[in-house]
Amino acid sequence: MKFQHCQLPSGLTLIAETNPAVHSVAAGFFVRAGSRDETEEISGVSHFLEHMAFKGDDRFSADDINRVFDEIGAKYNASTSEEVTMYYAAVLPEYLERALELLSALLQPALRQEDFDMEKNVILEEISMYEDQPSFTCYDHIMATHFNGHPLGQSILGSQDSITALTSEQMRRYHASRYHTGNIVLAVAGNCDFDHLLQLVEKHCSRIPSGITQRTIPHFNPQQAVSLLTRESSVQQHLMQMGPAPRGSDPLRFAAELLSVIVGDDSGSRLFWELVDPGHVETCDLGFSEYDGDGAWMSYLSCAPDDAATNLERCAQVFAEVNAGGVTAEELEQARNKVASRIVLRGERPMGRLSSLGSNWLYRQEYRSIADDMKIIRSVTQEQIHELLRKYPLRMTTTAGVGPLSNL
Amino acid sequence: MEVPQFIESYRLSNGLLVIFEPMPDVQSAALSLLLPAGGIRDAAGRCGTAAILSEMFPRGADGLSSRSLCAALDNLGLQRNFQTGSAHITFSAATTADRLTDALPLIARMVLQPHLHDDDFEPARDLVAQGLLALEDEPRQQLGRILRQYSYAAPWGNPSEGELADLEQITPADIRRHHQQCVVPESAILGIAGNLDSAQLQQTLESVFGSWQGTAPAEVAIGTRPASPFHQHHESAQTHLGLAWDTVRYSDPRYYEAWAAVSLLSGGMSSRLFTEVREKRGLCYAISASLSTLKDDARVMAYAGTTTERAQETLDVTVQEILRLSEGITEDELQRCRARAKSSLIMQQESTSSRAGSLARDMYLLGHFVSLQEIHDRIDALTVDGVRQFVIDHAPTSMVLVSIGPQAPDPSCLPQQH
Repeated sequence: MKFQHCQLPSGLTLIAETNPAVHSVAAGFFVRAGSRDETEEISGVSHFLEHMAFKGDDRFSADDINRVFDEIGAKYNASTSEEVTMYYAAVLPEYLERALELLSALLQPALRQEDFDMEKNVILEEISMYEDQPSFTCYDHIMATHFNGHPLGQSILGSQDSITALTSEQMRRYHASRYHTGNIVLAVAGNCDFDHLLQLVEKHCSRIPSGITQRTIPHFNPQQAVSLLTRESSVQQHLMQMGPAPRGSDPLRFAAELLSVIVGDDSGSRLFWELVDPGHVETCDLGFSEYDGDGAWMSYLSCAPDDAATNLERCAQVFAEVNAGGVTAEELEQARNKVASRIVLRGERPMGRLSSLGSNWLYRQEYRSIADDMKIIRSVTQEQIHELLRKYPLRMTTTAGVGPLSNL
Repeated sequence: MEVPQFIESYRLSNGLLVIFEPMPDVQSAALSLLLPAGGIRDAAGRCGTAAILSEMFPRGADGLSSRSLCAALDNLGLQRNFQTGSAHITFSAATTADRLTDALPLIARMVLQPHLHDDDFEPARDLVAQGLLALEDEPRQQLGRILRQYSYAAPWGNPSEGELADLEQITPADIRRHHQQCVVPESAILGIAGNLDSAQLQQTLESVFGSWQGTAPAEVAIGTRPASPFHQHHESAQTHLGLAWDTVRYSDPRYYEAWAAVSLLSGGMSSRLFTEVREKRGLCYAISASLSTLKDDARVMAYAGTTTERAQETLDVTVQEILRLSEGITEDELQRCRARAKSSLIMQQESTSSRAGSLARDMYLLGHFVSLQEIHDRIDALTVDGVRQFVIDHAPTSMVLVSIGPQAPDPSCLPQQH
């Protein structure tokens, strides 16, 4: 594997990890644009825009985009988060040029009014679809509660009201304000030659306008909060908790990743043995999320409503023990082994490499090979975990729920 | 296009069928072990026995406690899970190649000699029950379960994740009996793919699995399938629609035509259902159709989720697209299906887990493996006339319709029921 990168005259950053031993190549535009960059008025526009990208530009119609991607057998899609909109395709190496041509078209959509009106229905359906998935509703609700008043608390999908009221003109303005080369990284992973790739990128990706938009990163102090969305007809109670954790630029984030595995992995973790293995809950885990300027612990459990309070106490007990006593050498070694194996398995596919490649660059202008990642994971010590716990104990400030309960 | 591949299959001395694909370009190795112990083997009134057994495998084996077993497997970086299906409980696992070899003895102990202690039974049953309760709040997942139930005759349509009402009747003795009768080498299949040495692997497998004994469980008796349409009332945001109709199974000579027909309907974002129902009419976000094949039977199953006021139109348009599939199939349209399939075939070679799973599945459904080259050639040989003729010959004369939501849709758009 070989890493190369360059900045094109337009200001677009190209990064590539080439590997002749794999069969495919994956390419993705990582745009620094997400729900945190929206105002309340245009809530949901980043995600709606991601849909509109597939409606084509001045050269390709909506039908063309889907048809040509299918013609080259691409595995392609897009995703929108609080901070990043990503457009990607994995193809056989001979189709890389066509894929880049289409992906770059996605970034300059025509935003035709009739397409906008039609796609609005699809977005509204998507919002309804997630309403029928309590774990998703719970996620949305805890983000809004935990990051109350902070941009990270803004919903990715937006609401029925905000989407209904959104105009194509507002979307056009949002697009013009964020889709600049200074906000975009093109990442490529897999079987390709860098010089050839560079030629293709110069040929097809030169139309993205130059410029950069800074993101506001307000300081944030979460307040203690509990908020339950009551759904009387629900059978299970879903609960999430959040608390402050290292931000995306903090070197302690590797220790945080390992700690979340030790405490909250879906099997063999402390929460697993205390809550899942005895059958107290349907599921219970702890994750670590890193953002621009912030970070969060996030735990999730789903169980019978009558057991919810007891199960939250069990979680709190697990957290308190970890805060007080740290982790054992055996636990740390086990977590390192688990994470190392995941890195290798995920890294075998170009699509698996793409997202860590793109995010590392977008967030930190850094490249880490699989070997680098393994080395970092291997080097995390118990001392670092203790330092992490001193600075960011597993102390949840926010609790949110979806289910029959109206209080805890 | 050439797809070079070397695959070997053999039986161990106890009859266990092994199929192995060496993949020297990767670092990992994966396995898929099909145990003939799936939900179809659950006794009447005890639906969920296999699901509880799946939960009990990791709870200690051959003198190793649950925690020791878990720690040992975690230290080998082994990603793993037991999944309960209709025909099989499937154990899948993957890690770096050298460590998979080290994990094999532990895997064998866990599968062949799980403790299945009385003390571990309640928690395992509780977990299965919690999973079923969670499904009640997930109408889309629930729909998949109901659609299957209405598509296949019992026990093939039985929910392999269990029935809430049955769980109380199941005892620890049932679990042990299920293990003894169904976790047997005869008719089990082990698929392995990865960067492993063939001769060494065979030797390891013989030493860890060779002493495993038991004969295949008897064929199951086939019952009836319930009549549809069926609607389940739910105060959900969307109405969830499921359709199913007959097609040909994997071993059928016309299987690839059947596959192409479904691919035309729902193979990519340029396929007919996505274009007509979502892109042109904006009726839904999620719509899909896929081919579900058992050993002796097969269905196409379709799903759409849409808000209640649009549910009727979504159903009408979806059924209309399915029924007019034979009209106007173009070479370009078929070519896109071929391109997508070929690229998937090539990309499969980047994943040891998907290769191990495919090989094991081929051996179960066909009794032999299919090389990627053969699949490639069969796909290349598809013609517009052949696919159109298949669609005409297998046009649905009746369809299963199931729905979950605030209101039942009117089924009069469906082809006439017999």
